Amino acid sequence: MIEIKDLHKSYKMGSNSLHVLKGINFTVKEGELVAIMGSSGSGKSTLLNILGMLDVADSGEYKLDGVPIKDLNETKAAKYRNKFLGFVFQSFNLINYKTALENVALPLYYQRIPRKERQEKALKYLEMVGLKEWSHHLPNELSGGQNQRVAVARAMASEPKVILADELTGALDSTTSYEVMELVQEINDQGNTILVVTHEDDIAHMCKRIVYLKDGVIIKDEKVKQVRASEYV
Amino acid sequence: MGFLFDRNTWQEIFGSIGKNKTRTIITMIGVLWGIFVYIGLSGAAQGMDNGFEKVFKTVSMNSMFVWGQSTSKPYDGFKTGRQMQLKLDNVTELQNRIPEIQYIAPRITLGNFGSDPVYTVRGQKSGTYTINGDYPVYTKIATKKIFDGGRFINDEDIDQARKVCVIGERNLKELFEKDENPVGQYIRIGSVYFQVIGVHKMVQGVSFDNDSDIFIPFSTYRKLYNSGENIGYMCIAAYDDVDVVQVEKDVKSILRGIHRVDPEDERAFGSFNLGEMFGRISGFAKGLTFVSLIVGIATILAGVIGIGNILLISVKERTKELGIRRALGATPTEVKSQIILESVFLTVLSGIIGIILGAGVLSIINNMTKDIDFPYTNPTVPIPYVLGALAIMVILGTLIGLIPAQRAVSIKPIDALREE
Repeated sequence: MIEIKDLHKSYKMGSNSLHVLKGINFTVKEGELVAIMGSSGSGKSTLLNILGMLDVADSGEYKLDGVPIKDLNETKAAKYRNKFLGFVFQSFNLINYKTALENVALPLYYQRIPRKERQEKALKYLEMVGLKEWSHHLPNELSGGQNQRVAVARAMASEPKVILADELTGALDSTTSYEVMELVQEINDQGNTILVVTHEDDIAHMCKRIVYLKDGVIIKDEKVKQVRASEYV
Repeated sequence: MGFLFDRNTWQEIFGSIGKNKTRTIITMIGVLWGIFVYIGLSGAAQGMDNGFEKVFKTVSMNSMFVWGQSTSKPYDGFKTGRQMQLKLDNVTELQNRIPEIQYIAPRITLGNFGSDPVYTVRGQKSGTYTINGDYPVYTKIATKKIFDGGRFINDEDIDQARKVCVIGERNLKELFEKDENPVGQYIRIGSVYFQVIGVHKMVQGVSFDNDSDIFIPFSTYRKLYNSGENIGYMCIAAYDDVDVVQVEKDVKSILRGIHRVDPEDERAFGSFNLGEMFGRISGFAKGLTFVSLIVGIATILAGVIGIGNILLISVKERTKELGIRRALGATPTEVKSQIILESVFLTVLSGIIGIILGAGVLSIINNMTKDIDFPYTNPTVPIPYVLGALAIMVILGTLIGLIPAQRAVSIKPIDALREE
């Protein structure tokens, strides 16, 4: 599903250049649940941003579902993001004046899906994350865990090839974290490809594979025995 | 452009501008005020213009007056200071020699220009009034509205030198009982009895006569006061497409010839040109319209700039939201068009409200000024002006919206997402 070859990225800070990614090679197959682990500054967020087409690599190859991702301009990137990717962020990033339902329906709006169909679909995914009866509440009327579940539903709504989650449990307490991870696992069980960036060991071990990143290179890439989050809840 | 008619687009726009209602309303007031001032001012200017038009309607616009004064230069053996007296045959001569003249009406007056008004009696009531000796053609230059049942002097009155008169509204009030029909009644003017044939209605505006003027046939006046061939002054109306200033010059030059006055003597004959005066006043009204246009557009511009300003702040506040939208797949074009549309929508909506309010105020002013003595009628703004203002607002709204729109997409989505 994802193929990356020799990915380099450096940031310019004034006269200094900070080499963040120093040749990353890795592949993700369909249906995988991969955790990308590393301490802060290891380049994991940069990698995720490049995967999410929110940032561009300096050199290297990136193929998503067989489509080479290169020469991106903003419009093209936006279309790819809309078509291929779903995002879950640490800080939820819901639009605060829109109800849960409207938030979930937003990516579908940019897919030009008719309103009625959009709402049906959004409601379906809200139901999946167990928030059907909260569909007309605003984000500030929901708890953190509920908000993150809305965000997951939003990521799912556009039926993307890959879901990218950036520290999705970073703002949640452990019980809620496990609830959200349980949801992530369920979604993965249905065959969705998910990439989770985290620095929490327990969260990483709830995935099927862990990629360790340090100082811009992959130091370890191993399959792990998945810990079911339901055991904790 | 299909997205303009998409319900979803509008839902997004209402969603984002409804988010901060107070600010949206205050922003809108800027443009609303601009268009309101524009409509109010140009409507007022138009009302003034219409008012003047109405005032001048009773009078032939392209008209002038000429009268005799005294010479200021010796000529042809005559010494200076000779009194000029216009004669009846001058009228025919002028009409023959100046083809531009449409109507020419000689008049003679008692009670004006220094002469004493005439003592007029009916029964127990009396008063002193100005008496005019007139030809029927006079009404072609200065329209006289005669009340029902009456008429103005006609040719037969002139031919037979009938002792008939047309009186004014004030004469009617002062000489007759209330609700009395004056037509057919007799009044004594000086020492002669005249039959009243009509009452002329006083019209507001430019009028050569006032509401106490009495008109009698020129021929009757001549007999009564033994004025012979003399006339007081002439009213001359030129054809509409003629330059009345030139006619004025021609008239005076011919009169100088007839009366053997130095061709350079400007003071032998006095004249007054209504066309010139009207031109000046309508020029004033036009200037007023122009000024209101400039002021209105400048105010609209200020309002639109206000909208641009607020949108710029709002875009800054919404950096994160726009980042989220773009992460979810909104293209830069979609983000831009949404912001531009917000700008245009706010501009046009406040514009329309402004137009409605402005129209309301104009109609209130219209009702208030209906009965007062002021040249102000039917204050309206022509539809093309209103549409033009709306078009300007759409254009300005788009242009000003471009600035925040450009700003919104100039930040990378990844940076926008990081913004807290």
